[in-house]
Amino acid sequence: MPTLSEADSKARVAAHGVLVPDERIVATADDAVAAAEAIGFPVVTKLCGDAIAHKTERGLVRLNLRTADDVRAAAVDLLAAATPEDGPVALLVAPMLSGNRELIAGLHTDAQFGPTVMLGVGGILAEAIRDVVFRLVPITALDAAEMIDDLGTQPLLGAFRGEPAIDRGALAATLLGLSALSVADPSVVSVDLNPLIVVDGRPIAVDALVELAEGSTR
Amino acid sequence: MKPLHPERFRALFDPRGIVVAGASSHPGKFGFVALHNILSQGYAGAVRATNREGGTILGVEAVPSIDDLAADAPLDLVFVCTPAGANPELLRACAQRGITAAFVTSAGYGEAGDEGRAAERDLVALADELGILLAGPNGQGVVSTPSRLCAQIVAPYPPGGDIGVASQSGNFVSSFLNYSVQTGIGISRAVSAGNAAMVTVPDYLDFYADDPQTTVGLAYVEGIADGRAFAERVRVITERMPLVLLKGGATAGGQRAAASHTGALASDDRVLDGMCHQMGAIRAATVEEAFEAAATFATQPLPAGPNVAVLTTAGGWGVVTADAITAHRDLALAPLPEDLRASIDTKLPPRWSRNNPIDLAGGETRDTIPEVMTMVAGHPAIDAIVYLGLGIQSNQARLMREGPFYPGDGLERIVDYHQRQDARFARAAAEISEQTGKPILTATELATADPANPGPTTVRGTRRLCYSSSNRAVIALGHLYRYARWRRSRGLA
Repeated sequence: MPTLSEADSKARVAAHGVLVPDERIVATADDAVAAAEAIGFPVVTKLCGDAIAHKTERGLVRLNLRTADDVRAAAVDLLAAATPEDGPVALLVAPMLSGNRELIAGLHTDAQFGPTVMLGVGGILAEAIRDVVFRLVPITALDAAEMIDDLGTQPLLGAFRGEPAIDRGALAATLLGLSALSVADPSVVSVDLNPLIVVDGRPIAVDALVELAEGSTR
Repeated sequence: MKPLHPERFRALFDPRGIVVAGASSHPGKFGFVALHNILSQGYAGAVRATNREGGTILGVEAVPSIDDLAADAPLDLVFVCTPAGANPELLRACAQRGITAAFVTSAGYGEAGDEGRAAERDLVALADELGILLAGPNGQGVVSTPSRLCAQIVAPYPPGGDIGVASQSGNFVSSFLNYSVQTGIGISRAVSAGNAAMVTVPDYLDFYADDPQTTVGLAYVEGIADGRAFAERVRVITERMPLVLLKGGATAGGQRAAASHTGALASDDRVLDGMCHQMGAIRAATVEEAFEAAATFATQPLPAGPNVAVLTTAGGWGVVTADAITAHRDLALAPLPEDLRASIDTKLPPRWSRNNPIDLAGGETRDTIPEVMTMVAGHPAIDAIVYLGLGIQSNQARLMREGPFYPGDGLERIVDYHQRQDARFARAAAEISEQTGKPILTATELATADPANPGPTTVRGTRRLCYSSSNRAVIALGHLYRYARWRRSRGLA
């Protein structure tokens, strides 16, 4: 099924209130350096395109770039790694966000129950931890709050290792935004926000992947 | 899906008269068993039978066809034991006779390939046209205790009560009814939906939700064809009554390869769990958990909060129960309030636990258990009680009664006393629960190890469930609290 690029995926979810980093899409290594200087170091640089769904597995994500030279070198590498199958590509430059806690949220179209909203603990570890909850779209604010309450790993949601407690209102808004996206655009069959990094208590979608139904237009 | 009008179920659950179509003179055949079961449990309406060869079966004079039935009594329900091929003509004749409901046990329909599916569609269309409510086909039957109706091809017939059962699998109806017989927690209606060609499990539950005889629904579901429609039906049911769901096939093959992480984490089981939490349904993991949850809804008030006190006459039981409450996602082991501790101090020697679990530590005298239970249940910081230790005295009494010295050496008197005390404690648990509006669950393995013990026997006499372990009581209580919280947070009374 067709997927949207990371940048377009983020634009779709951000339109429904999901928090995403302040990031730039650029075409060249020079522009990547300029973007990094504007954002402030350290930054992340990724190769981005509609046909690129699994960047980490292909080494297309460069983290924690601290200087202009780092960014330039990474940008040149990434552009060279693009294959003809990737189609049009661009560089995404984003601030390097860090937090001790990562969550996952998304939309999934269940064969029996149709569109569902999901929330889980663990970011890249989510599939090993398997502390996840689902609700049928559309969800209410109460459903969103109960989803957060239903997570097994509650201590992770409180104040943790010097970081403030997770802002449950902001996390609920993320879930409500996903539900609203599903209602507004039924061609969206799945969304991965993975990871959601918790920064100052608020969940930020540092990666997003929107999958559309077969035959729908981007 | 539009709910079927409740009046249409009247003919199925409270028929004025029944005809068994395809009654048999052979005691091994369903057509005999059905007639036997209808006749043997006190059903007061007219009972008629058809059999191609006529004859008298169990005192009922069978006639060759529906058209041959005398017009001497109103008949509302036909219990169909005839082969599938005979049924269209049968339904037409029944409609002529004024019959408005059919329970079809016949096989050879949707479960039997393309031809069977076509026959099933045709039968539903015909029943629709004739204004007949069609239950089944391929079902075991229907039970309705307000009418003393046992129209089924299997046992048992349960005691009357408040639980309404609807099941996609007939043998789970039998399981639930067997638990009802064992525990004394009764059933209002029970139906095996069979292929559910016209009337589905949610249709029955919807009827139960407005049925004054039913206070809780208990359902087994397998395939859910349209999950979204099912979820919407569940939601309008749970607003009116608690609904306990046992779902088969929860882990079977639902996990398809998924491109997304979200999809990879979305098992049927988790999505179903989420649906139940969202729609206020109680999902049970096992058949006994499902029955005990329903039995608890039927017999205990809903707790106002999560704070549980454990009242025990012995230490180890209390510790294990406290562990189960502490580990529970939704319940809390209430910290013992200082004023309650001071009140209990006035009733017990200082060796009692002075904490929750409230372990009386053998310090109790004749009236201590009811007195302390009253104090604990009356305290606003306590929402529910799990009571342990019932039946110990009667267990010793049994050993004395059956031993070689009875009734001499003062044994008769002490045996009587022990048995009276346990009966009194069991009654106190029910009475104090009623007075305070708080659930008090009594748990002892004697409920199953020695059901004749006056403790568990008296619990059954109060029409409550005697839980066979404290863990099972805690699980049931957790379901009650979760449902109460779901209602309260949605502004439902």
